[in-house]
Amino acid sequence: MPIQILMPALSPTMTEGKLARWLKAEGDAVKSGDVLAEIETDKATMELEAVDEGTLGRILVAAGTEGVAVNTPIALLLEEGENTSALDAAVAPVASVTPAAPAAVAAPAPATVTAEPAYTGSGLPAEKSYDKTVRVTVREALRDAMAEEMRRDEKVFLIGEEVAQYQGAYKVSQGLLDEFGAKRVIDTPITEMGFTGLAAGAAYAGLKPIVEFMTFNFAMQAIDHIVNSSAKTLYMGGGQLPSSIVFRGPNGPASRVAAQHSQCYASWYAHVPGLKVVAPYSAADAKGLLKAAIRDPNPVIVLENELLYGHSFDVPDDPDFVVPIGKAKVERAGSGVTVVAFSRMVQLALEAAEILAKDGIDVEVINLRSIRPLDVETLVRSVQKTNRIVTVEDGWPFAGIGAEISALMQENCFDWLDAPVTRVTGKDVPMPYAANLERLALPQVDDIIAAVKAVCYA
Amino acid sequence: MMAASRRRTKPGDSVVKTEDLIAFYKDMLLIRRFEEKAGQLYGMGLINGFCHLYIGQEAVVVGMQSTIGIDRDSVITSYRDHGHMLACGMDPKGVMAELTGRAGGYSKGKGGSMHMFSREKRFFGGHGIVAAQVPLGTGLAFAHKYNGDGGVCLCYLGDGAVNQGQVYESFNMASLWKLPVIYVIENNKYAMGTSVERSVANVDLYRRGGAYNIPGQQVDGMDVLAVKAAGLEAVAHARAGEGPYILEMKTYRYRGHSMSDPAKYRTKEEVAKMREQHDPIDQLRKKLLDDKLVTEELLKEMDRDVKAVVSQAADFAQASPEPDPSELFADILIEA
Repeated sequence: MPIQILMPALSPTMTEGKLARWLKAEGDAVKSGDVLAEIETDKATMELEAVDEGTLGRILVAAGTEGVAVNTPIALLLEEGENTSALDAAVAPVASVTPAAPAAVAAPAPATVTAEPAYTGSGLPAEKSYDKTVRVTVREALRDAMAEEMRRDEKVFLIGEEVAQYQGAYKVSQGLLDEFGAKRVIDTPITEMGFTGLAAGAAYAGLKPIVEFMTFNFAMQAIDHIVNSSAKTLYMGGGQLPSSIVFRGPNGPASRVAAQHSQCYASWYAHVPGLKVVAPYSAADAKGLLKAAIRDPNPVIVLENELLYGHSFDVPDDPDFVVPIGKAKVERAGSGVTVVAFSRMVQLALEAAEILAKDGIDVEVINLRSIRPLDVETLVRSVQKTNRIVTVEDGWPFAGIGAEISALMQENCFDWLDAPVTRVTGKDVPMPYAANLERLALPQVDDIIAAVKAVCYA
Repeated sequence: MMAASRRRTKPGDSVVKTEDLIAFYKDMLLIRRFEEKAGQLYGMGLINGFCHLYIGQEAVVVGMQSTIGIDRDSVITSYRDHGHMLACGMDPKGVMAELTGRAGGYSKGKGGSMHMFSREKRFFGGHGIVAAQVPLGTGLAFAHKYNGDGGVCLCYLGDGAVNQGQVYESFNMASLWKLPVIYVIENNKYAMGTSVERSVANVDLYRRGGAYNIPGQQVDGMDVLAVKAAGLEAVAHARAGEGPYILEMKTYRYRGHSMSDPAKYRTKEEVAKMREQHDPIDQLRKKLLDDKLVTEELLKEMDRDVKAVVSQAADFAQASPEPDPSELFADILIEA
């Protein structure tokens, strides 16, 4: 059977084209790679090269023909040993041309949304309770988490700027170089994109890097490797290549360092399928979540807060203490209104709740701990009890975590809401330096109190 | 420190056995025929999106891969990756089925032309962001050193990638920490439509490691034996703990940057000259015949074998079903 040469699609959007010119005539010998014809596509003039070898037996579409549909037979090629008598037989039947594959797979029914890993609920086991505690700072808790996991697993290493000899820009990695040596506690040059990509590559090879960013503001230099190289690779490879890697460091507004060093990245990373994002508030959160992050087989973003590093909290004194990722914590039970916050804003929410209690408003404070997956069940259960919810974050309002929670509440417990979901956020401005302006740009306890009173119509 | 050199390692520097020459010929031919078939399937609408063909550059990957062992070494490259996967020993069926977006593809149809991996063959992608594979490959080399497994990483990049900042961040760390990585710059003269002359201040790309004390060598990337000879030197350097090495392979791609590129930025004469005078497969074929190492008949037989392998891959890629809709939500995270 002679080989049919078909009108090719020469761009992702081409459906038909003009056969501008034949460069081979009937009877010409054809080698693979020879240019057979010129085709005008919707974008350009392209050359059609031969794939198979033989003799050009018959031209079916003349030069100059316009509007030739993709996959129309345009010529017949005789293979070695075939003669022209084979041509008529080949032309007679209507060519059975394989049509282009259908463009997209239909999305599955909404029922499968439960398979989406962005939200959590009843699937998680109940948290263990621990009796014995010790009082440590958030800074020490983070260090202890890394040290314990590095003792537990040889594959875990810490890499970043000033993490080793300097003992950490914020002294979080104090003592780690002494205990684990320069092989596993690695000072890098100031080269965020480079060392983040290097760590992502080491994770492909099965190591478990902890990448410390001096602050998450600098991670913007490296976000391509977090999103494109780490978060998407498991999916792109059909499940072949996991990336067990932790990206951690201080996030969110610091104090008087202005716009380039004061920003919350929670909603940036929470937007990305393939990442987990946690934001500890207390020392117990910090230790338990960082240990869980290091053990997790996926890329995890740990958003710490510089202003909390020196605060002390009770932490369970148990080597197996971890906080499950995806589980929020009710910090203060209440029946009148739900206030949900994460990281340092939990502290402000608890202060506001104390003050509001004196006015007779009973506030339930939820500490999210995990941003993605988000514990929707705990939020819904709380709103079903309080019928009103205020979200608090120090990041910008537009497409922020509060916006996501607002959407989830109206999707999941619309009928229980007695007031609009209300957001308290950082102002929609780059962080100013001046003390008075900085204060105005950030959520304050009074803002939370005002929002709570508004949803309580008090 | 070894200086950057333009010295072209002579094929005679290393003794290459006839059976290796024959294997090179067959491996290069497989890539050539596979890519031609991929271009044809693209023309039929069976492959979509971006599709970057490797035709013309076959000697680079075939020569380099012959210098390492896939049991412990690692390989990473950019989006022009079909040739690299075949040279790593990945199954042509699985590669072609990924191109057609089918369940039988290496990534179950979810990665496509630019995103394929094989842990088994230690091939770590297939990366669609220009130069991202350079720090990633440096990280693979970091892991070789960390694990003390004696392996090296072959990290391929193009002449377009060499202008990305992350390449130099990688060079610096790799040299500072003496990581076992070979940066193979496949200089095919054009970063999409921009020639090297129009995009770099010094066209000698093998010198790009000079500021980082990384030795470099320029190699005739159309000559598989020259590639192998230089590759052996570079791999020995890295494996001995001497740190990274840069090889600039002067090569050429016959086709456009991607399938929809009419390649107006170069003349037909330039392409024709490369094909007629420097083609890596024709050159080796001539050598095999001139030195009477093989018969015409054996070459023909190999041609037929390769054609059959490619044709089976194409059949498989069309017969394999589309991925099940349940795949949409699979492989986003691993259950902890």
